[in-house]
Amino acid sequence: MLKVDKIIEGGKAVVSLSGRLDTTTAPDFEAAVKESIDSIGELTLDFKGLEYISSAGLRVILSVQKSMKHKGGMKVIHVNEDVMEIFEVTGFSDILTIE
Amino acid sequence: MLCIDNKETQDVRVLRVDADDKKLPEVLEFVDTLLEENNCSMKVQMQIDISLEELFVNIAHYAYPEGNGWAEIRAKIEDGSIVIALVDGGRPYDPLAKPDPDITLGVEDRQIGGLGIFISKKQMDEIKYSYTDGHNVLTMKKKIC
Repeated sequence: MLKVDKIIEGGKAVVSLSGRLDTTTAPDFEAAVKESIDSIGELTLDFKGLEYISSAGLRVILSVQKSMKHKGGMKVIHVNEDVMEIFEVTGFSDILTIE
Repeated sequence: MLCIDNKETQDVRVLRVDADDKKLPEVLEFVDTLLEENNCSMKVQMQIDISLEELFVNIAHYAYPEGNGWAEIRAKIEDGSIVIALVDGGRPYDPLAKPDPDITLGVEDRQIGGLGIFISKKQMDEIKYSYTDGHNVLTMKKKIC
């Protein structure tokens, strides 16, 4: 299960995820971000409630990161230890802005 | 931490499902139940779940290009480790033979393909492939207590 919350204000979007970002839930996350991507300049992904991530989730994050690179950029906040380990193992910790 | 029967080999549990990624929750629950019964920590359970997801979804997406098929998950606890075999009757394919992705590339050059298998290799203690009796068999092992 994954809960996706989105707040857009003045061209900045904050997308908060709670639960599991896996093969079954990644399409929901992708749809929520992609429908807003044209109208935003900056994107923040808040992973405070994110407990689990697999490569299906990484795939969406990479795709969104590529889309945002030529705009105002993207950052990821509140990454827990287990999710961070996956970011580190895959080198995602080097290509993402994590605060 | 209490570790039940860590010196004994327990019975193998078997789950057979359609090779369909919609079956993922059922597959994970099957293995998580065994892990919880053996007091596996949440952290290690998550590492095992991720590996299992990657390998099961790989079968669901690629093993049967012609149509539908099956996958079987055989799990047991042995000497404080979980041993999981993923078996399918699809085309012979060794996912471990693929070169690891270059994880040092920048965003623009990054390829996502092969990342799932790479994560599994990193998260499990052992992972091996064989083609036996017309079946792909991926066996992975990880210490749980």
